[in-house]
Amino acid sequence: MEGQPVQPAPEETPRNTNPANVGLELFGYVGIEAVLDQMRIKTMKTGFEFNLMVVGQSGLGKSTMVNTLFKSKVSRKPTGPGYEEHIPKTVQLQSVTHIIEEKGVKMKLTVTDTPGFGDQINNENCWDPIIKYINEQYEKYLREEILISRKRKIPDTRVHSCVYFVPPTGHWLRPLDLEFMRRLSKIVNVVPVIAKADTLTLEERAEFKQRIQKDLKAHGISVYPQEDFDDNPDDRILNDKIRDKIPFAVVGADKEHQVNGKRVLGRKTKWGIIEVENPAHCEFPLLRDLLIRSHLQDLKDITHNVHYESYRVQRLNESNRLALSPVNGLLGKDEVESDL
Amino acid sequence: MAVAVERPANDELRNLSLSGHVGFDSLPDQLVNKSTSQGFCFNILCVGETGIGKSTLMDTLFNTKFESDPATHNEPGVRLKARSYELQESNVRLKLTIVDTVGFGDQINKDDSYKPIVEYIDTQFEAYLQEELKIKRSLFNYHDTRIHACLYFIAPTGHSLKSLDLVTMKKLDSKVNIIPIIAKADTIAKNELHKFKSKIMSELVSNGVQIYQFPTDEETVAEINATMSVHLPFAVVGSTEEVKIGNKMSKARQYPWGVVQVENENHCDFVKLREMLIRVNMEDLREQTHTRHYELYRRCKLEEMGFKDTDPDSKPFSLQETYEAKRNEFLGELQKKEEEMRQMFVMRVKEKEAELKEAEKDLHEKFDHLKRTHQEEKKKVDDKKKELEEELSNFQKKKAAAQLLQSQAQQAGSQQTKKDKDKKNKEQATAGGELV
Repeated sequence: MEGQPVQPAPEETPRNTNPANVGLELFGYVGIEAVLDQMRIKTMKTGFEFNLMVVGQSGLGKSTMVNTLFKSKVSRKPTGPGYEEHIPKTVQLQSVTHIIEEKGVKMKLTVTDTPGFGDQINNENCWDPIIKYINEQYEKYLREEILISRKRKIPDTRVHSCVYFVPPTGHWLRPLDLEFMRRLSKIVNVVPVIAKADTLTLEERAEFKQRIQKDLKAHGISVYPQEDFDDNPDDRILNDKIRDKIPFAVVGADKEHQVNGKRVLGRKTKWGIIEVENPAHCEFPLLRDLLIRSHLQDLKDITHNVHYESYRVQRLNESNRLALSPVNGLLGKDEVESDL
Repeated sequence: MAVAVERPANDELRNLSLSGHVGFDSLPDQLVNKSTSQGFCFNILCVGETGIGKSTLMDTLFNTKFESDPATHNEPGVRLKARSYELQESNVRLKLTIVDTVGFGDQINKDDSYKPIVEYIDTQFEAYLQEELKIKRSLFNYHDTRIHACLYFIAPTGHSLKSLDLVTMKKLDSKVNIIPIIAKADTIAKNELHKFKSKIMSELVSNGVQIYQFPTDEETVAEINATMSVHLPFAVVGSTEEVKIGNKMSKARQYPWGVVQVENENHCDFVKLREMLIRVNMEDLREQTHTRHYELYRRCKLEEMGFKDTDPDSKPFSLQETYEAKRNEFLGELQKKEEEMRQMFVMRVKEKEAELKEAEKDLHEKFDHLKRTHQEEKKKVDDKKKELEEELSNFQKKKAAAQLLQSQAQQAGSQQTKKDKDKKNKEQATAGGELV
């Protein structure tokens, strides 16, 4: 096969094969841009999958938050008062899957909850079941991928985003928070949020955020959106703005109230109504925009191209040496040294 | 630590109704935006005889001028020439690769004509497979070189397919999406064209050649695809020259008896081809290549290498494991070769060293010999010198002795004379004294 380089390509050159592409001018309309519509139609037909995990101590409003995010009763836990939640003795993971549709776009949403996290007296290694679960999903995908006859569309159960709820102490991140985020940010996209932010005033909120950001930086924890994966300068600018505001201070609510003649989602208290969707009150809209409206595909892409690939590299390197045993989930990157 | 992971059974996948606007309807747009920033790859293979109009058709299809020189008919075999171009329309960047079969149909013996084509297609699949099987891979910015569409140019004989065409298409149909087109369709009259098309299609069907089926499962495109499929194979005319028709310039071919307009649907099927290839099914062609042809290749290749999907709990990683084992074997072989080469190198170096040492020794010997000879000569000369000196000194001695003798003799003579004189005197004296 010969290539004939005439002039170097103006944009990024492909990694392999052709040394240089020739940039050509079109004399008239060809119709290449119709491929965008074709792609759109195809993806709408196959639908999307999104897997979200919420982690945090009980009572921080995780289920309410998920319901508010997707404006429906995603979580089956009753969230009203008078409900006594049974705190399990160990961390359990519960997944609920729904199909939601909006304007012709179908999405298979799976929300994994982690009751029991951080609720014991001794919380050592309470992140292990979570890490094991995440790795199990990667393992499942990997096994499907290396089959000889594989499915046309491999079912994707990998966790695309893990929302971590930080209790609104107003001081610093607790050791549990740091440990968890440190371990998990290496295998999944972690989005930290300050839960029940209506207990903090705006100044307290700003200070708390600053301290959290400093803490994260000091411990080398990179949460989503990670700086290393900014593709181009536009993305970088956009993501820098988001990184400034991480962690979002959110309030969840699934009841509607009357405010100024409009029905809004909010929490009614004696001293006022906190409107969930009002950017002046809380940063819920920012979280929703990040997770759903603007960065959902990005979350999936980073999970697939970065986290899944690192898992794969690690797994394939060790399957050389070790006899194959059923996956022991403790394959967090900390624990197992790569055999390289 | 016991962990229970509850997951609902599949029938619990219920549809949830949303009570407000969530916003994930922007998902297709997010996906499309990602793809536009990366750019699209599209690779077309043009199979057809030399001079049938492949390059011209490409120019016409993409409304541009791809640099190329017309090929000669003297090629000894079929070879494939690939060229890549970057086209941009509004915000869509297309990395287009056009692969040409140079010399197809020119040889006297065309038995092996299809082989380089099949090889090329397989090589591209292989490259993708290699990348996919790597441990550290980067598939998301891999430049896809797999052929997405194969335009098969049928010569406008008006009768039927040539046997070369049938054989080649049969070999290619499981590897690539074939779209057959009738080239230079302006040489066929309208009534003959209809017969020609049906003859071709029936021959393809009876020989079991699987050409690309335009997808009819999505409502938006089903109708247009169905109507267009009826006109297969498309009878096309390509032209980059513009002729003034009415009051505008359009692409056409000018003959003394009339003008064939490329974009006139009554004259040829060019517009249909463009619609089908680019505007409606480009994405589907790419998808079919990846999910059908590539998967088939992968399956065959891996089965060939000896892998099997055995029962899922025994050795799920047998593929990767054996692949890794093979890779290690290969690496081991490489290492062995390297060792061998290194040893050979060391040996050579030793030999050379030995040679050089020999040479050095020789030189030393020579030097010694020379030195010795020199010394001998010197000694000889010295000896001679000594001899000479001896002689000289002898001579000197002799001379001295002779001189001494001479002087002695002289002295003795003079003494004798004196003595004689004295004696005489004495005698005289005595004689005289006696007289007294």
